[in-house]
Order: sequence, then structure tokens, then C-alpha cells
Amino acid sequence: MIPVPTPVRFYQVGSFAVGNRLLDPDQRTVQADTARTNSLDSGHRACQGCGEALGARYVLDTAMRASDNKVVAVNATGCLEVFSTPYPESSWRLAWIHSLFGNAPAVATGIAAAMRAKGRLDVRVVAQGGDGGTVDIGFGTLSGMFERNDDVLYVCYDNEAYMNTGVQRSGATPPAARTATTEAVGPAPGNPFGQGKDLPRIAMAHEISYVATATVADLHDLEAKTIRAMAHRGARYLHVLVPCPLGWGAASKDTIRLARLAKETGLFPVFEAEHGEVVSVAKIRHKTPVVEYLKAQRRYAHLFKGDHQDVIDQLQALADRNVGRYGLVDPTSADAPQLTED
Amino acid sequence: MRRQLEGSRAVAEAVARCRPEVVCAYPISPQTHIIEAIGAMVRTGAIERCEFVNVESEFAAMSVSIGASAAGARAYTATASQGLLYMAEAVYNAAGLGLPIVMTLANRALGAPINIWNDHSDAMSVRDSGWIQLFAEDNQEAVDLHIQAFRLAEELSLPVMVCMDGFILTHAMEEVDLPSQAQVDDFLPPYSPRQVLDPADPLSIGAMVGPEAYTEVRYLAHLRQLDALEAIPRIGTEFAAAFGRDSGGLVHPYRTEGADTVLVAMGSVLGTIKDVVDDQRDVGIPVGVVGITAFRPFPFAAVRAACQGAERIVVVEKAFSLGFGGVLSSDVTMAGAAPHHLVHSVIAGLGGRPITKAAIASLIERARRGEVGSLSFLDLDEDLIAGELARMAAERRSGPVAENLLRDLASAPHRSRETGRA
Repeated sequence: MIPVPTPVRFYQVGSFAVGNRLLDPDQRTVQADTARTNSLDSGHRACQGCGEALGARYVLDTAMRASDNKVVAVNATGCLEVFSTPYPESSWRLAWIHSLFGNAPAVATGIAAAMRAKGRLDVRVVAQGGDGGTVDIGFGTLSGMFERNDDVLYVCYDNEAYMNTGVQRSGATPPAARTATTEAVGPAPGNPFGQGKDLPRIAMAHEISYVATATVADLHDLEAKTIRAMAHRGARYLHVLVPCPLGWGAASKDTIRLARLAKETGLFPVFEAEHGEVVSVAKIRHKTPVVEYLKAQRRYAHLFKGDHQDVIDQLQALADRNVGRYGLVDPTSADAPQLTED
Repeated sequence: MRRQLEGSRAVAEAVARCRPEVVCAYPISPQTHIIEAIGAMVRTGAIERCEFVNVESEFAAMSVSIGASAAGARAYTATASQGLLYMAEAVYNAAGLGLPIVMTLANRALGAPINIWNDHSDAMSVRDSGWIQLFAEDNQEAVDLHIQAFRLAEELSLPVMVCMDGFILTHAMEEVDLPSQAQVDDFLPPYSPRQVLDPADPLSIGAMVGPEAYTEVRYLAHLRQLDALEAIPRIGTEFAAAFGRDSGGLVHPYRTEGADTVLVAMGSVLGTIKDVVDDQRDVGIPVGVVGITAFRPFPFAAVRAACQGAERIVVVEKAFSLGFGGVLSSDVTMAGAAPHHLVHSVIAGLGGRPITKAAIASLIERARRGEVGSLSFLDLDEDLIAGELARMAAERRSGPVAENLLRDLASAPHRSRETGRA
């Protein structure tokens, strides 16, 4: 069981950022370490403000540190693969393979099996893909890898649509969001309600030893979860929310802010689970109405033309459901639901 | 050691002696006995230092093989039919990445209609994938080709598919000479990859390549296939020297000297054809047969040389391209095997229909009389087809073809296949 992290009171700088120097050396970020590996090196072709590039760099540098730099990475087809390896350039400074869109978990299984056959248990395998490669086309191979408990950490960088091909709907696209295949037209604009896969919970249902969600708003948390994931053997799953300025219709400078709002609204619950049980939850610090999150993104712009308060209310209800399901709000906080007697 | 073995068991034993490090298994008839036997040998420790992975699909079977091979492990899997189609994307990927995976294809028909019996439609569906495709004539050759396949694959950094007829070979009990572990160890050195995922020497594998170099990458893959035209007979010769048995090679001509009619075929049907050739030669009819072992790369020169002097070439093939015709015969024609004569394509044995000696003898007789066209179907039930065509002409909602034909056969038992029409 993972101990719930003790809240540390940091010197506040108007955001949740914290001066790294104030931490004990062993708690400082991997990225602050001059010896970090730069696994995904600069010069790649990701868009400005790409959440996926940020998340991948933090995850892989942390996995490298946790394994004494013995990581083999597998990439599904997608933005991360395309922007990192337009040959003859490659941004990868670790052993890396891309095979297909839907088979990254299986390729990772093969590498892990090869290493086991060769007695190279020191080599660790990290597979990664976007939400399309994970929840849709790669779902079968991912579930197989989970079910066999193969020694692979799989990381999903979830930007909630097929961004590489031009922002089409995936099984991770949220309700009401506009994509190129769920246009904001007709009587029910955007992606329908009642669809989509909650992959962290599906991963938990496989009873694998470690499942966690994170966002690129809290990179220290992302690093910590990567370290904990690497401490486990067998199948592990990390689901990282990575805003996409292009696909979400958001400003590049808002990537971190949107990731934080996704968590603070309750739309994206941040938690850890072991063996199918939730063991820690990142509490919401300032409960924020979903409208604050929605109005910063053009994919929801249709909700603010005409009267779509009912749709916004439905989205708020989804956020509130997460708050209840995961206990995202501290009962002692002012944001906690008030009990009334009548 | 000579033993009476089922073909699948013999292949499993041969693969075991090749010391695979990762074996992926997803069951599909008629491949199952192979992976079952290998799985048991991994469990008992008869195969050492090997991971046996029960995957959730053929797509995963090939993908796990890709990962294992890229990580420097000797990887093996087996499939058939729908399984090959389901893994097709990864089949192409393995070849494109130059990974020396060896796979047994227990040749089986493709659906719909679903059919578990033998033909070569599955192998033909990936003939352009960049895999080397070898066809075994009998179970001894299947054993020998697997041992040679690992040598070939790893020398060239190309995947090799060993095709053996489903049921006809995989489930046939035959006497097989299984080489010893020491013999195979002498013949097959440990896998030394050309490229490997190694944290100590990191590289990127599988990058995107645009118009500026894609043609050249594909051309180099083609050149490596052509290298196999040299490597296959050389390895076959080495194998013969080490194991005392002729197996492998590009083509196997049989009694073609002075033949006016040469049949061409692949796989187990060669045994039947050879028997017919012997019968005909006994009564002075000059016929021969050329067995093609290496279908990809296609041995143009060897086929041309083997068919030299024949007045007519009759290709008996267990697959065809709908709306086109024979696939193998098209390749034989390309080889210029009969520059002044038509190459006759005879589609036979689809979906497990037996190819009888009588049918082959009749085919040869008709071919020598000039009565066989450029494309024909052996033992086609014309009445059955006429009945369905009439039904389709009579009413729009005539129903599913396959079910209609089966109902017709059931209601007219005198016309069933049991009668062995020729």
C-alpha cells in the first residue's frame, strides 16, 4: 500500500510551483538534475505548448533515473512518434522503437520477454502512446499485456482526440467536445454524452499492481508516480492528461493552466491505485466550476453561443460525480458539499 | 533419429532444436499442435531460456515477435489463414524493420465462407510483404526448412515464413529424421542481430521516412530478397553436407528431361503429381514436374531453367486472385518459362478439396491434347454453379450463396463430392 503523501507547506509563488531548492535533495525534480538524460531531447517538432512532449520528457527521464538509464522505450504511432523522429533526426536519447499504431503494448511485451530470456532483468520497458493508440486501436494489445501482467510500464498521454491526423474523435474524447468528426453542428453539437472509455478504471479492473493518473500541471507528482511505477514489476499503467493547444483550440501558454483546471474542476480525477484499489487521491485545492475550464477552449465554444446551460450542467454533473467517487474534495474544506438538515 | 511423428510435432521438435528465445502462441487450426508442443517443451525445460507467451490475437503474436526480435532474441510464431490476415499489418512491419522472425504458416483457406481446410490463399495474401516464403513438400522438408529458415533469416535480417499444407502435412503421421541438438547447434550459430535495442548503445528503430528516401529503403529490401536467391541454395547445400539430405533450395525439378509437358506446383500436392508423372513415364508419356520451394523471392532463372524445352507448362495452384486468375502461373509466365507457349493455370484443391491422381492424369491428358485453356478449375461442379446462377437470375433475394450450394448438395446426394468427379 502506498502511503498517502503528507502535505508539505511550500512557499507559495502565486501558483502551485515550488522552489525546488527548498526541497531536500532527494525530493528535487529529476528535471532539475543536471545529470538528467534528456531522453526526449530538444529540437523536436512538437507544437508550441505541447502537453505530450512535456509529459513524455518528464516520464522518460524519471524512468531512466529509476533504472540506472536502462530503459527501452516503445512508441505507438502518433504525434509523439512523428514529431520526435523525422529522420535523419531523432530526439530520442534512449533505445527506442516504433512499430505500429495498435501494437505498442505487444511490442513491449516482446522486449520484456526477450530480456527475461536473456536474464537482463535490469533492462526496463516503457511503452507509450496517445489516447487513440491506447483506448481505441491499441486496446486489445494493452488489455492482453495487462492480463498477462507483463513487465511493462505503459504510459498514455491523453489529449482526448486523434490530434496527429487532424483532431478526430477518439474513445477518450469528452462529451460535448468538438472534433473534426464530432462537429459543433446539428441539434446536439460536439461529442455525444454517454460514450467513451475510462481507461484508468479499466486498467484497475485488470488487478495490475499500479495504476495512476496525472497531469502536466503537476510535474513533480508525475515524476513521483513514475518513480513509484518503476518500483513495481509486472504490468503498470500511467494515464497522463496532456492538453493539446491545436486540438483543444487553446492558447499555447494555457497548457499547464488547462491541465490544472481539468483537475481542479474534477473533470480529470488524479489518483493512484494498487491491485485494483484506489490508494491515494490528489485533492482539489480550489474547487472550480467547469465553465472556467470550458470557456478557455474553442472545442467547447459552441456551448457559449445560444443557450446550452443544460449541456454545461451535464458536464458539471460529470465533474461532481468524480468528486464524489474519488473523494476529491477534503471534507474540511470550504468546497466540500454542505450537509443540510430539513 | 528417424521417428514416426505428426507433422506439427516434428516441426515443434525442429524449432525446439533451433533454441528459440521467445515463442508467441495464438491458437488457430491447423497450427495448434505446433504451439501446444512447443509450449509443453518450454514448461518441462526441454527448451531452455525461452519465454512462451500466450497472446490475445495473431496481431499481438507478430507484434510480440517484433519486440523480441528487435531486442535481440530469436523469435518464432506460427499461424494460418485468418490469423495471418489478422496479423497482416504486423507481418509487413516485421519485414520492413528487417527482423529475422521465423513463422510457420499451416496453409489454410480464407473466409468467407469459413473453411479450415488446406489451400494457399493465406500465403498468397502476403506475398508482397517482404517475407521470404518457403513451401515444404513433405514433413521431412518442413523440419529441414525450419532449421534452414533461422539461418537464412538471421544471415539476411529478413523474416522467413515456412509454409506447410494444413492438415495434409501438419496432421499427417510420417517418418521423419529429426536432427540432433548437436547437429543443429553446429549448423545454426547464436543470433547476432544487425540492429538491437540496447540501453548501452541506444538507437531509434522505426522512424518515419518520407518521399526523399522511401523508394531507396524499399529498393534495399528488394535487394536483400534477391540476396536470398543466392543464400537459399547455398544454405541448402550446406545443410545437405551437414545432414546428408537434400532439402530446401529454390526449385526441385522431377523427371523433366525431355518432357513436352511440365507441371509446376508447390507444397504437398507435389507428392501426388510425382506419382502420376511416374505412372505416365512408365507408359512413355514425356511429362515432368517442377516443385517450387522458394516462392518469395521468386526464382525466375531457376524456374526458367527447370522448364527449359517443355512445350507446355501447367501450373497447378491452390490459390487464385479473384478477377484475375492464377498467382503462381502469373509468376511462372513472368519468368519466361515458356516463351512461345501459353502457361496454363489450373486452380485446384481450394478449401481442402482433394487433388486426386485421376484428376491430375486427366489434366495431363487434356493438356497434351490442347484442351486446357489459360485458366481452368480442376473438378469444378458445373451443375452446382448452373443451379445457383439460375437462382440468382430468377430472383433478387436469392439468399447467401454458400448456404444455397450446401442445400443443393444435401438435396441431391448423388452429386456430392464423395463421387470423386474428375
